[in-house]
Amino acid sequence: MAQIVLENLAHSYLAAPAGDADWALKQMDHVWKDGGAYALLGASGCGKTTLLNIISGLLRPSRGRVIFDGDDVTDAPTTARNIAQVFQFPVVYDTMTVRQNLAFPLRNRGRDADYIARRVQSIAAMIGMEEMLDRKARGLTADAKQKISLGRGMVREDVNAILFDEPLTVIDPQMKWALRTQLKALHREFGHTMIYVTHDQTEALTFADQVVVMHEGRVVQTGTPEALFETPAHTFVGYFIGSPGMNLLSAEVDGALARVAGCSVPLGADYGRPAGRVQIGIRPEYVIPDPEGPVTATVRRIEDVGHHRILRADVGGTPVNAILPEGQPAATGPVRLSFLADRIGVFSDDWRLAPASGRAGGR
Amino acid sequence: MDKTENNRAWFLVLPVLVVVAFSAIIPLMTVVNYALNDTFGNNEFFWVGLEWFEETLASERVHQALGRQILFSAIILAIQVPLGVYIALNMPRKGFWASFCLVVMALPLLIPFNVVGTIWQIFGRVDIGLLGHTLAAAGIDYNYTNDPLDAWLTIIVMDVWHWTSLIALLAYAGLQSIPQAFYQAARIDQASRWSVFRYIELPKMRGVLLIAVLLRFMDSFMIYTEPFVVTGGGPGNSTTFLSIDLVKMAVGQFDLGPAAAFSIVYFLVILLVSWVFYTVMTNLDREGRP
Repeated sequence: MAQIVLENLAHSYLAAPAGDADWALKQMDHVWKDGGAYALLGASGCGKTTLLNIISGLLRPSRGRVIFDGDDVTDAPTTARNIAQVFQFPVVYDTMTVRQNLAFPLRNRGRDADYIARRVQSIAAMIGMEEMLDRKARGLTADAKQKISLGRGMVREDVNAILFDEPLTVIDPQMKWALRTQLKALHREFGHTMIYVTHDQTEALTFADQVVVMHEGRVVQTGTPEALFETPAHTFVGYFIGSPGMNLLSAEVDGALARVAGCSVPLGADYGRPAGRVQIGIRPEYVIPDPEGPVTATVRRIEDVGHHRILRADVGGTPVNAILPEGQPAATGPVRLSFLADRIGVFSDDWRLAPASGRAGGR
Repeated sequence: MDKTENNRAWFLVLPVLVVVAFSAIIPLMTVVNYALNDTFGNNEFFWVGLEWFEETLASERVHQALGRQILFSAIILAIQVPLGVYIALNMPRKGFWASFCLVVMALPLLIPFNVVGTIWQIFGRVDIGLLGHTLAAAGIDYNYTNDPLDAWLTIIVMDVWHWTSLIALLAYAGLQSIPQAFYQAARIDQASRWSVFRYIELPKMRGVLLIAVLLRFMDSFMIYTEPFVVTGGGPGNSTTFLSIDLVKMAVGQFDLGPAAAFSIVYFLVILLVSWVFYTVMTNLDREGRP
């Protein structure tokens, strides 16, 4: 168990990276606290796996340092880092039995047979494979193999961190939920530093205390699921998290007023006159059909997704979604909407702006 | 559902049967015919039953040739399989040098057998050969035409030179099919280099290695051209392997009956040993499976 610090880290797969686009990971500093349960969330190809492989030492970063508990391990090989990693696709040792597979990392560390037997038994119980322990791993189903991979990742108690690289992709939904709960329990019990890579926000939000959102090789925000939901620091976080994601509308902001497609929308605070490409963001949960509302929109369609309905509308050519509680009447056609003022975020060049509090306070 | 009985379908197999009959069965039966009869020319045959077989199986000369043959194949497999795998493990996986290695490795395989024999026959000569002359100049008493041990060494080195590439290339193909994730997982699991080989690389190479071992066994067990060109079976009978002995018997001495019986036994031995290899290697890790 260790605190993992990434210092000035950057990585490119090219020998001579030139532009910004050549860097798979843009320069970053990040601290993974000892014992934290982190989810690393982002779209495919945003650098999540690259970051994970750098932490585990499968990849040497082009720049910067990786520090475990104060020790620089940038040049240390994977085997010296004592780290566990579970990959997206199952990796099992075909010729070994399930038991030998689970025992393999412990045997490589030279643990005694008694300890190994006990540990394997408890991991097997955790992944629900006690009956299969003496079967050859070859010929098992993909999800059984992935459970073995997970088990191998968790079998060592003394690892510095456990990294999961979208480990539940091949597992069926019911088992997914059960395994995720197990991982949570394991984390509570042993307090390993865990980093869980996923592009599934539900998975991220249920697993982690802290969610790290990556976008185009950058960490754009780290925070609790609630913080990501309520105050996304970047437009990507806004629309990637939430279902549907945050509505983003180009706007001209002047003080506490935004002009959006010809309508004046009051904001919760004074933002001055921000420069750059300015957008306002509002979660569908906080968009309310209101005959007195300032925003004119056209409703395209209404989707019933069970416990609520999603109103798909259009404001001056930009799609805007609203979540309607069950029972509220809705019809397609023109409608007026209001946005909850203190839930509106203002973004300049995709980054969230803080209210110009001095002036707001002056009023 | 009822199955339609229609025996006319057998006619569809007939062309294949005819081809196989002319290409394999009839020639083989001719050999069987010679093996069970004695003949003094004029196509007159006298039934002798299993006499030739008894003679072959009891023949000291055949026993010795068989012994030499088994020793030769065993040495060849013991050197070429580990060496080929070792070379494959150390070949570059991509880029210019990978292609370069592949081409260089494939070259010996493209040389006709008797040319290989001639190359080594000259190479090893003490008077004009680079190898033989160098060794002689270095004070080493090497002469493959006089010394049985030198003759064996020459032929073994020649065969290793000629055929190790085949195993290396097959093993290399097996290694290339292993996804990177297996190596990464092994590093995560802190596996030693030996464990990576034993639990990842070897199992993935098993299929191609089985083919490689079978091919090398069959080829080395049937070897004729190269030792015939280099040593002609000598000095004495020291490098007279089964094929060379068989040719001496059939063409040299014109003992068609014993030679035919010999051929059939020879064929059955190869078939049997190949079957044993195949069965053992495919069953190697079946135990423990439900």
